[in-house]
Amino acid sequence: MSVMNKTIIVFVNGKELSLDEGTTLTKFLRSFSIMPDERGVAVALDGEVVGKKAWETTFLVSGQKVEIVHAVQGG
Amino acid sequence: MASLIIAEQSFSSRLILGTSRYPNIKVMLESFDASGAEMVTVAIRRINLADHSRESLLKLLSDKKLKILPNTAGCYTAAEAVFTAQLAREALGTNWVKLEVIGDDETLFPDIPELLKAAEQLLSKGFIVLPYCTDDPVTCKKLADMGCAAVMPLGAPIGSGMGIRNPYNIQIIRDLVKIPLIIDAGVGTASDVAIAMELGCDGVLLNTAIAGAEHPVKMAKAIRLATEAGRLAYEAGRIPRKLYANASSPIDGLTAHTVAHVS
Repeated sequence: MSVMNKTIIVFVNGKELSLDEGTTLTKFLRSFSIMPDERGVAVALDGEVVGKKAWETTFLVSGQKVEIVHAVQGG
Repeated sequence: MASLIIAEQSFSSRLILGTSRYPNIKVMLESFDASGAEMVTVAIRRINLADHSRESLLKLLSDKKLKILPNTAGCYTAAEAVFTAQLAREALGTNWVKLEVIGDDETLFPDIPELLKAAEQLLSKGFIVLPYCTDDPVTCKKLADMGCAAVMPLGAPIGSGMGIRNPYNIQIIRDLVKIPLIIDAGVGTASDVAIAMELGCDGVLLNTAIAGAEHPVKMAKAIRLATEAGRLAYEAGRIPRKLYANASSPIDGLTAHTVAHVS
């Protein structure tokens, strides 16, 4: 029974962030107020798109590159 | 006026508009109304994670019942463009994509080898691909043969407002490809749009011509009318160009005094 959570480093939209090991995508994104039912958001881990249904079962891994995007005005 | 059909979807407007560079959101939405456009483009960018109160562009566009066409603007390689299209599909729930692979950041001309590669990959992944390309008939033919849903050659560089610089190529492309031909980029004002439509293009995609006009809403209306006028003229079939005059009034029955002038 360990009370100390191991910390990992991930790169989110190009910025380094540390978080607890074993964090799911759902939990991680909720910390940025991004909910799975929010339309218009997509997430990729190391260049692979992760569908919303898989957020709950996807754990972030140390060194991973996380891209979180949405639609903006464009031509 | 016939409707525009892309990938079996029917549009009564032949205009596709960008959503960028408007003075503000209100003017943008009013311009969309004035233009009659049914499809608008958006770009895919990183979310600003510090901003928890993201305004939803998507909601504004959906409220207007506009079809959203994500683009791959800012991509310089096939790999980047394919990745961006996949993100767009996930974010927006559409397999339609305006495929842009830029080859040079000053002219924003497309990189054709990368564009062809990206188009092929996206088609194999089930995307409806609308590629922004050069006004080169061979490139357009290749994209059409590959299975793209439309070809979208530029009239002139993006945002330049130079109009249709090579109408002869556009005419050749019209003859070569049977899928929708849409002028994407370069138009500056209503008459440019009318020319594109008269050449037989099926539609026009534009952004700056309206967004950057002194009065965007007024320009949106002008461009709507020009699109319709140009299309009607194309369907009507213009007269051939001739170097010399051809009198409109009859020669027969002229008075004796005037007959002397007719050789």
